[in-house]
Amino acid sequence: MALHLPPFESFYEEHRDAVLRELRRLLGSAAAAEDAYQETFLRALRAYGRLRHAENLRAWVLTIARRVAVDQLRRRERPPEAAEPALDRRPAYAELGELADGLPRKERAAVVLRYGYDLSYAAIGAALGSSEQAARQAASSGVRRLRRRMQ
Amino acid sequence: MTVSPTLDNRFREAAAAAGLLDVAYDLAETPVGTLLVAATDRGLCRVSFDPQLEREAEWLAQAFGVRVLRAAKPVEAVRRQLDEYFEGTRTRFELPVDLRPSAPFSREVLRRLARVPYGEVTTYGALARAAHRPQAARAVGTVMNRNPIPIVLPCHRVVGADGSLVGYGGGLDRKRLLLSLEGAIDQPLDM
Repeated sequence: MALHLPPFESFYEEHRDAVLRELRRLLGSAAAAEDAYQETFLRALRAYGRLRHAENLRAWVLTIARRVAVDQLRRRERPPEAAEPALDRRPAYAELGELADGLPRKERAAVVLRYGYDLSYAAIGAALGSSEQAARQAASSGVRRLRRRMQ
Repeated sequence: MTVSPTLDNRFREAAAAAGLLDVAYDLAETPVGTLLVAATDRGLCRVSFDPQLEREAEWLAQAFGVRVLRAAKPVEAVRRQLDEYFEGTRTRFELPVDLRPSAPFSREVLRRLARVPYGEVTTYGALARAAHRPQAARAVGTVMNRNPIPIVLPCHRVVGADGSLVGYGGGLDRKRLLLSLEGAIDQPLDM
């Protein structure tokens, strides 16, 4: 079959509502879907001139949309920016920071992020460029070191 | 679920800003009706009267590439200069044009046409002579009839040897209106 791609405008008008619907279904929030919408059609536009088929363009663009959604969900899993210190019985960040000042760099970071900012070990590991397990170890050996020092 | 105009526009402008389009087009409201104006990265490539959008998009895709999208920014200068022209404050268009789809003879004739000044008229024969094809007045007529960029490439300034308006791709009423706007002929009766 001869390749006859419609002008991008026609393609876009025909599939835009379906793409937005699919992104809403995958991502939940309207704002997230709208970001992914633009990215989906920009990716489609980049590839459009090189397409070697003109069939089933709906399936093609929905595949792109799903990939964009997955990329966005992966980014969401990355550690959040350090949140405000939790207001609870644990030492406030300032105190904790001072307390932990003498620790080796990695242990200090792990202790402050875990007990000052309440981040999960997975997030701390990602922030420090190491594994969840290594983050857990760094925090616990930091705590042991502090205990020994305070005794 | 339908896409909001804001979201729709954001994508269109992002696509244009990223340089991903073969052709961008938009509509312009003018005293001679709604015009479609289209541009590639090389310049203005199309002005059309009474546009049928799907047919126009197909033609643009065939001529310049399938990445055709309606987007305002790339044709903003064209719209502004057209506004100024119709307000009577602009007598020369300063716009690069992209005539790639036209045959060499057509391009040559259209380039000569572009030099016919505001408010003046020339004839098919004179244009043929200027293009070094003195026998080709009729062919020049065909080129005028198929001018992809009317108004900006002023085929309305080309008339018969006896001064009659002869014809116009957008209809004789429009030719009359454009020439009277430029002061080349007296005010048309109605329009």
